[in-house]
Amino acid sequence: MTLNNLSKGDSAIIYRVNADKELKNRFNSFGLTKGARVYVEYHSLAKKTMEVRINQTRIALRTQEAEHIELEQE
Amino acid sequence: MSLIKVALAGQPNVGKSALINSIGNARLKVGNFSGVTVTKEIVRFSKDGYDFEITDLPGSYSLTDYTIEERVTREYLDHEDYDLILNVVDSVNIERNLYLTTELLSLNKKMVVALNMTDEAVAEGVDINEQQLGKILGVSCVKTSAVQKTGIDEIISAVIQSYENTENKFHLQFSEPFEQEIYRIVAFLNEKKVSCKISLKALAIKLLREDKEAYLRFREEPVWVELQPMLNDAYQHLYLHYDTKDLDDIFNDEKMALAKGAVAETVYFKKTEKKNLTEKIDSLLMHQFIGLPIFLFLMWGLFQLTFEVGSIPMDWIDAFFSAMIDATKSFLGDTELASVVADGAIAGVGAVVLFLPNIIILFLGIALLETTGYMSRVAFLLDGFFHKFGLHGKSFIPLVSGFGCSVPAYMAARTLKNDRDRLLTLFIIGFMSCGARLPIYVLFVGAFFAEHHAGNMLFAIYISGALLGIIAAKVLKMTVFKGDDEPFVMEMPKYRLPSLKLIYHTVSGQAMMYLKKAGTFILLASVLIWFASNYPKYPEIDLNYQTRIEQAVSEEQIAEISNELALYNLENSYLGKIGHASEPFFAPLGYDWRMAVALETGLAAKEVVVATLGVLYGLGDEHDEESAGLINKIRTNINFPSAVSFIVFVMIYLPCLAASMVFMREAGGWKYLAYLFVFTTATAWILSFAAFNITKLLI
Ligand SMILES: Nc1nc2c(ncn2[C@@H]2O[C@H](COP(=O)(O)OP(=O)(O)OP(=O)(O)O)[C@@H](O)[C@H]2O)c(=O)[nH]1
Ligand SMILES: [Mg+2]
Repeated sequence: MTLNNLSKGDSAIIYRVNADKELKNRFNSFGLTKGARVYVEYHSLAKKTMEVRINQTRIALRTQEAEHIELEQE
Repeated sequence: MSLIKVALAGQPNVGKSALINSIGNARLKVGNFSGVTVTKEIVRFSKDGYDFEITDLPGSYSLTDYTIEERVTREYLDHEDYDLILNVVDSVNIERNLYLTTELLSLNKKMVVALNMTDEAVAEGVDINEQQLGKILGVSCVKTSAVQKTGIDEIISAVIQSYENTENKFHLQFSEPFEQEIYRIVAFLNEKKVSCKISLKALAIKLLREDKEAYLRFREEPVWVELQPMLNDAYQHLYLHYDTKDLDDIFNDEKMALAKGAVAETVYFKKTEKKNLTEKIDSLLMHQFIGLPIFLFLMWGLFQLTFEVGSIPMDWIDAFFSAMIDATKSFLGDTELASVVADGAIAGVGAVVLFLPNIIILFLGIALLETTGYMSRVAFLLDGFFHKFGLHGKSFIPLVSGFGCSVPAYMAARTLKNDRDRLLTLFIIGFMSCGARLPIYVLFVGAFFAEHHAGNMLFAIYISGALLGIIAAKVLKMTVFKGDDEPFVMEMPKYRLPSLKLIYHTVSGQAMMYLKKAGTFILLASVLIWFASNYPKYPEIDLNYQTRIEQAVSEEQIAEISNELALYNLENSYLGKIGHASEPFFAPLGYDWRMAVALETGLAAKEVVVATLGVLYGLGDEHDEESAGLINKIRTNINFPSAVSFIVFVMIYLPCLAASMVFMREAGGWKYLAYLFVFTTATAWILSFAAFNITKLLI
């Protein structure tokens, strides 16, 4: 399962990030890395964009980008 | 006195600029979103017997070249000459912030860490043991709050102490396998007597990270023959140990392990389960369905205020300048001097100052958007919509700045990573009507619409400008700037209540700039326009008319003849000639030559448009009993379809000279400015033509 599949209010642990180097680095510096727990906070209209939270950091990203983030099965 | 050069580095939105404002009494721009500072800014001051020169750098999440501003930071840190780094950290997000701190530490410069936002950390139950953290990182850490001005003296003494401290140890400890590889390379470099501005350990780390510059440095040197196999060995060891072939991954793991370790040992989090303020507000403003309507409603409210509240002091200002014109004329008599002062300088400057109240309200709105944290939310809400039109959600931030002034907006586009997205955004920033165009709208809307519609009309003008811009973006994206979409990943700041002082500084600074421009540039332009509209003189024709006046039988006839003379002089003045020359181009849009001239002078600065109209429509009716206000003059001299068409033209055509120059620099050449000129002028002409004819049909 990838991050874009989560609904509002859900949370999960990141298993792997499958992005190119640049995007991965960016995800990394936000704390979007293996082992981190992400919470889905909001979706924009038509679920195009989502807001997730890791610890105290809130990050907006598109569904397209969220597809790069694989989650652990729980 | 010795000079301490400090490089201020940290992640975005952690309060670097705010901290410098508190330490050095500066007035750097502060806002609650990532990417406020996009160029390096230098602040100088003296304290405790030292001269400080602090360079505020754009915030960066890590020392990579992700966006242009981040590149500015990395290049500065790598190549410029500075004594120490002041790393500002958001105490609440300490772990994430420490990633960058470890990268900075590996540069092996003297460093001091400011644990900023202490007030928020206390409120949210984050307790940092700064002494312990300092020991782990090997640099002094000081708790500060830029807003409450705590820890300011302490941070200065820490900086001085670190500056005076001659011994500079490399403190960063990576994991054992990593340190071993570093050790081996350092030993080799030592043996070969390689000299380097940074320490050998820092150089070794760069080599292990496959840093381009570090490689280029060695590629040409004989050592390379031996160094390369060594590095290869090192990579193999690391690959084996970390079970991946991605050096970035390895280094990121190291960074994270360091940060996690440091936080585990020195930070204590008190559990708070209650919803914080940000969450409460967001459940409304970020709502999937009502989020955008709320934003539009707030914008609508802003323009209502701009007009309604703004027009109260406006009447006084208008009356004041009218009275001043009359007083000057009665004091100086019917002389050329009286005319240049009254009809030139005062009329022109007055026409611009008239709109100060509106400008202040607009800037207040933008300042609130920028300092509360709402801006990033709207960027989030609009991203889906923007994306459809080929724009990036982050484009929203420069576009909003564009409603204030295009110059900072062009610079703010630097936060867009992709050149294509950036160029596209640059091209449509002009569609967001800047503050200097507001006077023109207020003037025309005030002249042609009932007062209770005026606010709505203003809102409609701004919204349709923005929509036009978005449509233009789509067209450009489909034709010129084709290409793949860039990822959208953006940090959302928490809501912050801006202090009155911050708002006051932001708005008053902009208002002062507007007034200063009115008192200098606009003053000069008005006098120039007065000269160009009063010269050359035609003595023979003057004489001719004088005889006719003497022969006239009634007062009415005299007035008529004098008006005719004034009009003749005006139409045959330099400005009149220019206006008439360009009239054919503007005639299909319904403009007389004065409006044409106003648009042309507006290329210098948009404020000059109203100044020109003030001077041109002020002349030629010297025989009016009372000097009617500018709004009245516009109403009697311009018909409605021409006015609508004029507004449309102003909405779209080229931004002012200063903005055009910045556009050229940011876009990368004359070529682009030429494109922009053709693109905006053609669009403006076609749409104004349409607006003129449609309005004519409708009424
Ligand atoms: N509560 C609190 N707020 C702060 C403090 N320092 C800064 N802020 C707020 O944090 C926000 C960001 O401040 P800036 O100074 O613009 O941040 P910056 O690090 O320069 O950001 P960039 O220029 O984007 O890299 C603003 O809204 C400030 O008012 C602090 O110590 N306490
Ligand atoms: Mg800043």
